[in-house]
Amino acid sequence: MARAVVERGGRRIELTHLLWFRRAIRGRWIQWLVAIFMLAGFVLAILAGLFGTPVGSRNFGVIFVWIVWWAALIALLVPVTGRLWCSVCPLPLPGEWLQRRALIRVRPGRRLHTLGLKWPRTLRNIWLQNGVFLGVALFSAVILTHPRVTALVMGGYALAAILLSLLFERRVFCRFVCPVGGFIGLYSMVAPLELRVKNPAVCRAHKTKDCCTGNENGYGCPWMLYPGKLERNTYCGLCGECVRTCPLDNVAINLRTPGADLAPRVGERRLDEAYKGLIMLTSALLYSAVFLGPWAGVKEAAYNVFTLPWLGYAIGFLVANLLVVPGLLLGAVALGRRLGRTGDQPLRQSFVEYAYALVPLGLAAWVAFSLSFVLINLSYAWPLLSDPFGWGWDLFGTATMPWTPYFSGLVPTLQVAVLLAGLVVAVNVVFKIGSTHAARVRAALPVAGFCSLVTGGFLWLYLG
Amino acid sequence: MAPNPSHLAFVGTLVLALALGALAAPAGAEDGSDRVVHITARSFAFDPEIVRVNRGDRVVIELESVDATHGIFLDGYELSAKAEPGHPAQLVFAADKTGSFRFRCSVACGNLHPFMIGQLKVGRNLPLQRALVALAVVTVGAVWFYGTRSGRKGRAPD
Repeated sequence: MARAVVERGGRRIELTHLLWFRRAIRGRWIQWLVAIFMLAGFVLAILAGLFGTPVGSRNFGVIFVWIVWWAALIALLVPVTGRLWCSVCPLPLPGEWLQRRALIRVRPGRRLHTLGLKWPRTLRNIWLQNGVFLGVALFSAVILTHPRVTALVMGGYALAAILLSLLFERRVFCRFVCPVGGFIGLYSMVAPLELRVKNPAVCRAHKTKDCCTGNENGYGCPWMLYPGKLERNTYCGLCGECVRTCPLDNVAINLRTPGADLAPRVGERRLDEAYKGLIMLTSALLYSAVFLGPWAGVKEAAYNVFTLPWLGYAIGFLVANLLVVPGLLLGAVALGRRLGRTGDQPLRQSFVEYAYALVPLGLAAWVAFSLSFVLINLSYAWPLLSDPFGWGWDLFGTATMPWTPYFSGLVPTLQVAVLLAGLVVAVNVVFKIGSTHAARVRAALPVAGFCSLVTGGFLWLYLG
Repeated sequence: MAPNPSHLAFVGTLVLALALGALAAPAGAEDGSDRVVHITARSFAFDPEIVRVNRGDRVVIELESVDATHGIFLDGYELSAKAEPGHPAQLVFAADKTGSFRFRCSVACGNLHPFMIGQLKVGRNLPLQRALVALAVVTVGAVWFYGTRSGRKGRAPD
């Protein structure tokens, strides 16, 4: 039976206490098989993108990456399992195999085949991931719709991951470069799944730190973390290596209260992560307007890259992401400080802390945004199971299945429900953050108002 | 300082009452007239982008495609039609649901096809108004609930 314990941050149920679960994690086969399946899909998506039909809705690469995978990731995997996707992601696999010179087996004592360079200290944050995400977002109207561009972007990611694994230690690409990993990490703070040590004192007393160095049962943490100090999900890829290597059986995977990492004073609070929260929220808002709105001129501006209208779109996108929305939040935080007559900490620190309230709101916004195009366009996937390249095949008899939007009348209601749920959690976080200050409630009110205003903006875009 | 619960309850009740009052008001004229709307489809846009009709209207959408085969699928009403250049299509229906409904191209017409979207607005947008009321109620409720809880925790001795 799973073991339930009450710790700081609420009740936890230890899944690794279950024998079958522990065996599944410690054995490498299940994870490896799922990863191989994902790698096969990834390769097929690239091949379809490069050699299949150029019509996006008839190409496996576009539909299975941007609709099927995206829907599974943002609406299911991240909210429920946090970074579990990272444990089976195909992008780092080839590089990791090259480093280890092993597919499944552990080769104890053998050093990784890499130059082992240290990642520059100035880049040991997620600013690079923020930049890469924004850079890709500026071209998203093309990336999302052109199979060849989708293939080139994914192939570029894979090459970067391999190259970095040959040059640098462990999973540098996942930890510091991957733009998807950046927001999965942030939103994994909401998830009800976590990896933590059972007793930090045991780790402190343990001398060999097998979780960092590796042993005959597994490799040292590929994410360059010390599990003994792990307080939140953000950078743990749930690969399970520390569960395998810990000789004291002190590492657990738990079910916990969703959003436990967002409680104040759980782990550090950083400006790069705060900006990630703002960028993701703003991008969801802008994507909703551009891709789901009726304004063809805006879509064409976003689509016709390197033209004057696109330049205007790109500048507007960046200004909204980097200045306008952060400026509005900063204004709300400053107003709160004035209302609450608080000056107990610098404005920048308050801004960073309150930005974490946007994490549940941003996740809800992305789920709501994704619902609208995923349910409408999911049926494009069925013919592609039979004809992934759009070459006229009919492998499973599904090639002629028509496009059928699902629940088109229900989508707005679902979006409202998801957004309001996200708002409630965000307001909860706002007041938890506020409760750490001297004048608690008044100081938090403007930020709660900001969250409500943003939610209203989404409602207007979806229902207006 | 914690907010006064009675003040917040008062504000919440006021917001709720105003909202319910607004929603209970008549939904506006329902003239039930015939409305013929001509929509031109081209890659990847509808013209006009936004169509407004009254609730109860018998709507005839004439879809004319000017460059390739395009279609129209109306969310919520779940109706569709397909038009080829030189062969317009018609979509006839009674606008009996209020709100804003997306219509989108139903024939794969090129790369931006999934985002070729327009809007049909029928009468007063009650779904949006209800959603905004729900937003106000949820905001006030969440602020009251978490605010008072936070205030209580703040007053408790450490």
